[in-house]
Amino acid sequence: MPDTPIDIAHVAKLARLELTAAEAERFSAQFGRLFDFIRELQALDVEHVHATAQVIPLRNVLREDVVRPCLDHADALANAPATEGPYFKMPRILE
Amino acid sequence: MMKTGHDIRDAVMARKASAAEVTQAALDAIAATEPRLRAYLTLTPERALVRAREVDARVARGEDPGRLAGVPVAVKDLFCTQGVKTTAGSKILENFIPPYSATVVDRLEAAGAIIVGKTNMDEFAMGSSCENSAYHPTHNPWDPADVPGGSSGGSAATVGARNVPIALGTDTGGSIREPASFCGVVGVKPTYGRVSRYGIVAFASSLDQAGPMTADVRDSADTLEAIAGYDPMDSTSADVEVPHYAAMLRADLKGVRVGIVDEFEESIAADAAMSALYKKAYADLEALGATLVPVKLPHAKYGLATYYLIAPAEASSNLARYDGARYGLRVEGSDVFEMFERTRAAGFGPEVKRRIILGTYALSSGYYDAYYVRAQKVRTLMKKDFDDAFARADVIACPAVSCPPFALGAKSQDPVAMYLMDYFTIPMSLAGIPALSVPGGYVKDLPVGLQIVAPAFEEGRMFAVAHAYEQATKHAWAREPAVHGAAA
Repeated sequence: MPDTPIDIAHVAKLARLELTAAEAERFSAQFGRLFDFIRELQALDVEHVHATAQVIPLRNVLREDVVRPCLDHADALANAPATEGPYFKMPRILE
Repeated sequence: MMKTGHDIRDAVMARKASAAEVTQAALDAIAATEPRLRAYLTLTPERALVRAREVDARVARGEDPGRLAGVPVAVKDLFCTQGVKTTAGSKILENFIPPYSATVVDRLEAAGAIIVGKTNMDEFAMGSSCENSAYHPTHNPWDPADVPGGSSGGSAATVGARNVPIALGTDTGGSIREPASFCGVVGVKPTYGRVSRYGIVAFASSLDQAGPMTADVRDSADTLEAIAGYDPMDSTSADVEVPHYAAMLRADLKGVRVGIVDEFEESIAADAAMSALYKKAYADLEALGATLVPVKLPHAKYGLATYYLIAPAEASSNLARYDGARYGLRVEGSDVFEMFERTRAAGFGPEVKRRIILGTYALSSGYYDAYYVRAQKVRTLMKKDFDDAFARADVIACPAVSCPPFALGAKSQDPVAMYLMDYFTIPMSLAGIPALSVPGGYVKDLPVGLQIVAPAFEEGRMFAVAHAYEQATKHAWAREPAVHGAAA
């Protein structure tokens, strides 16, 4: 099997994504092939190259701190799986 | 049926046809091909006919409803449409009805366009065949046994089938250009920042761009003019003036230097039929008066590796919002974390999960510099390659794809083979520069696109070259898509 550097169970936990054992095994084999390409990048000398985060010359974009129209409660909550009053309802996070 | 959006607009404005008639004709054409094509996830016939009658009323009052007056258009299901279900091709958004529309959707409608429906796509725009849709695959209008390309496969298929002359797609690493090539239509990825991303379900935020997929180059020029421009709702949209692109179209290419990429020609040479098609295309450009000049993109070969670190990294961050809390699917668990994990396990398909894992890994502690930052540095080198090339050439002409459309299922079990489909389109995405695919002929009776690439914000130059080539060759209209024969 090709070399996969990823600890899939650990990364799945970080991603809050439940994977079956079959999915984890399949992904592991597929990543092995992809990392054959990704390792090619390690051969490039990029020590003195700047990272490009985005490609157009933009600086921080700010706007005036003024109230503007926005969604009302009913519209914002319309797609919620669970609500209570004007709130999204979530499972308990504190005992 | 009228072939292009500009024909329809002219007929509607001259009152030779009503927007309502044209819209009904488009809906009828869709109904005829849809059993074999399956290009749509949602159709909006009532909404479309109401809007069409509004356009007709405005024309009757002597008003100008806009550059796309009465033109039926289809919209990829990645664009939020207020009150109309928007799924991104995913089960996790199966019942999501956006409370607002994407800026480009509002701009299309403000230009008089009539939205007839939402098109199928690879889930969250991750894929090159439309087979990663959580709902159903879409078929290619030129051979229904083949894929339409992806991720904007539904938009490409419905324009390729001549149901509507214009559709909207999005392109992150080739998701407009590859399906445009596969379905024999024009597909445009604008400069990053040229078109607002507000209201578009995010995949990879430093790469995503919306653009037109159309019957001809003129329709793409008109559509981009309608949707482009600064939007205060997207802080990465560029405040750069939008020209009247239609006025920049040309009939010949005298004085135009067209760059031919050495590395790409070496790569395509492995396929005799594809190589012959592109050689003919470059000769056609030369016959129109262009001068061909060799250029080099030495870092293009690192595109795949660079892209498959950056795009999944950004996707893993963007898709963190699908947690069952505020909208979309929720699967209950014993605590909040189990709810997140189960919701995401049930709601996402295999390709999306694969990319979330890969991207989370690339951003995780201890690996961020080795993978993500290194990829961003290679991106700088790739951008410089293009800067050097455009010092010698006005535009670049190159393959849009490495092959004609392939059969459904042929690559779906091999993600890396599918990723390699993006080889010719990824470098432009990473550099943020505009590129389009225009029909370049046929291989095995299936359409293949020629890619034209321009420097940032020089879409007009790209349209000028593509229009001259299209008018001289007329590949798109030389044949009829098979789906018509099959439906008759």
